[in-house]
Amino acid sequence: MIVTKDLKKHFAGHEVLRGISQHIVKGEKVVIIGPSGSGKSTFLRCLNLLEEPTGGEIIFEGKTITDPKVNIDQIRQKMGMVFQQFNLFPMKTVRQNITLAPVLLKKMSQEQADARAEELLKRIGLPDKADSYPGMLSGGQQQRIAIARALAMNPDVMLFDEPTSALDPEMVGEVLAIMKELAQEGMTMVVVTHEMGFAREVGSRVLFIDEGIVAEENTPYEFFNSPQNPRLQDFLSKVL
Amino acid sequence: MAQWFKKICDAFYNAWVPEKRYLAYLSGLRMTLRIALFAVMIGIAIGIVLAVIKVSAKHSKSKVLKALAVFANLYTTVIRGTPMIVQIMIIYNLIFTSPNSNPVVIGAVCCGINSGAYVAEIIRAGIESIPVGQMEAGRSLGLSYSMTMRTIILPQAVKNILPALGNEFISLVKETSVISVIAVNDLMKMAGYVGSRTWDVIPPYVIAAAIYLLMTLALTRLMGAFERRMAKSDRH
Repeated sequence: MIVTKDLKKHFAGHEVLRGISQHIVKGEKVVIIGPSGSGKSTFLRCLNLLEEPTGGEIIFEGKTITDPKVNIDQIRQKMGMVFQQFNLFPMKTVRQNITLAPVLLKKMSQEQADARAEELLKRIGLPDKADSYPGMLSGGQQQRIAIARALAMNPDVMLFDEPTSALDPEMVGEVLAIMKELAQEGMTMVVVTHEMGFAREVGSRVLFIDEGIVAEENTPYEFFNSPQNPRLQDFLSKVL
Repeated sequence: MAQWFKKICDAFYNAWVPEKRYLAYLSGLRMTLRIALFAVMIGIAIGIVLAVIKVSAKHSKSKVLKALAVFANLYTTVIRGTPMIVQIMIIYNLIFTSPNSNPVVIGAVCCGINSGAYVAEIIRAGIESIPVGQMEAGRSLGLSYSMTMRTIILPQAVKNILPALGNEFISLVKETSVISVIAVNDLMKMAGYVGSRTWDVIPPYVIAAAIYLLMTLALTRLMGAFERRMAKSDRH
């Protein structure tokens, strides 16, 4: 579904990604871990071109999206993204946050989008918050709504950029629960996270990104029980 | 003491009543308000265009836009970096060389060109004060740059922009007084005329100052009321 070929990114002389080649297939849940500054968020943000790669190719559903002729806005409609800082629209109600893009992009009528919003809010356990503003909600609630907002576009893949890192500890669980549910329904997911429990339980493949390359990748069981790379061994001994 | 007080009162009476001098201030005030009103409009128009060029050039690869942005930056740098009185002298002698030029047009164009540079910076700063995450969230949903700008960024930026814009217009009303140097009969100029008739320049200028103060106070009040209304809708 998503193929990256020798993906590279450098910022002003500093090489963040030094050639990442990956093949993410439909239904897979790829969890990316690694020390901060390793390039894991940059890799994720390259997948929907929020960061423009400086080298290599990305192919999504058979289309080379790194080609400048491709309409990236259309591609992004198929790739939902959830941010560390939620990034809900503060001047819009929860319902408007969810319905804005589908209606504006003529994917749905306002009525259809409203119905979809109701359904999504029920699913994330916040059916009574449709008319609230993001500022009135807790971080965990905001992040669940951000997930609903991304899902409203019916994406083929969901990208999660450290979705629980900005949350108070007691709210991490509610967001992870929604993500687990989503995984069980068969959504293709790429998740950058520090939640090792989530990686072990939900991931179908775990990548360890260090200094801009995938230093190790494996099934969660092998990854956590017999890590080969010494940097990964060191990393896991610190976080587990 | 009483005599000193009477002398002052007489001087102000002289500057206001005989020969219907109050009408002179009124006609000057009318001219000042007209110039300010049109200058504000020109300023907003120039400011919006420059701000759009500056902000969008940052995210675009278009060569034309980049060239326009260079011009926009030059414009704001030069206008903000030189005294308005110098700009007025240059613009006036460059363009309005005909003796029949309409003084309102002269004043409004001079002040508007000046104000546009400040308005551009106010709008640009207002847009850039919105966290980048908002743009990224809009784009990640598949909205185009301009759609995200219109529906998400600008509505938030307006709340930051309006108070600063109000302050800019209040100072613009005061700064129109500089236009009196090119023989436009605004409030400042008329006060000068009265002074030259009475041979006592201080009272008419004090009167002019009082009128400017009343105008800026009224505008400040208006802005305050407006901001309170906006704050109300902000309390979610």
